[in-house]
Amino acid sequence: MRDVAVIGMGLTPFGELWDTSLRDLFAIACADCLEDAGVARDQVQSAYIGCMTSGLFVGQEHLASVLCDYAGLRGLAATRVESACASGGAAFRAAYLEVASGASDFVLAGGVEKMNDGADATYCLATAADQEYEAYNGVTFPGLYAMIAKAHMAKHGTTPQQLAAVAVKNHRNGAKNPKAQFPLEISEKTVLGAVRVAEPLGLFDCSPVTDGAACVLLAPVEFARKLGKPVVKIIGSGHATDAIALHDRKDPSTIPVVALAAQRAFKQSGLTIRDIDFAEVHDCFTIAEIVCTEELGIFEPGQGGPAAAAGKTARDGEFPVNTSGGLKSKGHPVGATGIAQICELYAQLTGNAGGRQLKNPRRGLAQNMGGSGGSCTVHILEVEQ
Amino acid sequence: MISPRYHREKPQRYRLEAGKCTKCGEIHFPPRKVCRKCFAREFETVELPRRGKVVTCTTVWIPPAEFDDQKPYVNAIVELENGVRLTVMISEAPPDEVDIGTEVEIVFRRLQHGPAWEVIRYGYKARVIAG
Repeated sequence: MRDVAVIGMGLTPFGELWDTSLRDLFAIACADCLEDAGVARDQVQSAYIGCMTSGLFVGQEHLASVLCDYAGLRGLAATRVESACASGGAAFRAAYLEVASGASDFVLAGGVEKMNDGADATYCLATAADQEYEAYNGVTFPGLYAMIAKAHMAKHGTTPQQLAAVAVKNHRNGAKNPKAQFPLEISEKTVLGAVRVAEPLGLFDCSPVTDGAACVLLAPVEFARKLGKPVVKIIGSGHATDAIALHDRKDPSTIPVVALAAQRAFKQSGLTIRDIDFAEVHDCFTIAEIVCTEELGIFEPGQGGPAAAAGKTARDGEFPVNTSGGLKSKGHPVGATGIAQICELYAQLTGNAGGRQLKNPRRGLAQNMGGSGGSCTVHILEVEQ
Repeated sequence: MISPRYHREKPQRYRLEAGKCTKCGEIHFPPRKVCRKCFAREFETVELPRRGKVVTCTTVWIPPAEFDDQKPYVNAIVELENGVRLTVMISEAPPDEVDIGTEVEIVFRRLQHGPAWEVIRYGYKARVIAG
């Protein structure tokens, strides 16, 4: 396998974009990405595009052809990749492996979701759970993460205030992100007093329903070194699946697929979590960020909540998490999220993160998760010194 | 919901039929074609026990449309007496009567209220056992 670099990114604004269609969202992100990379469209050899459920959200499948055509890339070898909310991460891994293998030099990794087009988002998202044995019995996605939260609280004493600290911190970061859906600072009181969705989770414990698209372009690292820009290498890629149903996993206060995917990414890179400077973590719900920071080894099991409340994951904390605002504030267009996380790593590592820029970060980690923990990807990026 | 999809799951939803691996004894609910533990492919049909305890739970305030008439309702993961776990809705109990460790029994109920032209969806719920 040869070394691969990210050489450009494109990201649409995230939000309720009533005037922009699924295909247009992708076309904007794709064109911005190729412009940023300085690569002509006829050099691109293939694309992998993450999308969870365009069929349910807007009634459109067969995405690879419609998206590439409208992005001006008719004829391209392109594949839509689906792994629920980890679709973007899975698309990124497929693109990475194609360049690493030597089969292609320039491969686009994209993600898109158009969630505000009139469909019942709660129903659409519940299809990422076991349709016959979870969703059939009335469980929603917030409901599954609420059951994880309840189990985590019972086992470790995690509190609603600690969950709220995640939302407050991510909104503080998102307020510095011009692409964020809700770039607003919020208070703990707002989070704790919000309308209930699934106990113990309220509205501000949940990521929003979002339209958006993201793209990055991958190329061999030798090519990236000729561009005169910071060289951002992919040094670890881990991917894993687990049982789809939360009840089919041993301990509902844990999400073991995250540790498994991380272990694979760390093994490839020869690193541990102590070598990483910051992370984008899949905070679809506040409890998810707490559990994932434990599964990644940033904190010991049970310490994710106290760490969040103590400010350890803030931008100026010992291990910044979700400088982009995370899914919570930036927004969560499910298929695009995994690529948007890579965009944040790329922006931070190239010094282009604006008001939320970290001081000279060297390595970042992106963790993207499907469902209640049925799938996960972990990628580690490093900027060459 | 289309009727073949509904019909296929009836033995599980109406009678809690599970598949027991004839080689290693692992019980799968719903039944599978391949044993997750020993990879064998032969099973006998067994019924699950009806009693169990709540492992974790939540009160759902914002449900999908088919469950809107039942909100708020409690969903729980229940561990039955033989260790098999199910996701259920709790029947006939206010949210504050259900917590981790609450003892429940599985009962047969109507689950979802879809449009009039669709099949009526039945299945299992769990009821709190009076202490």
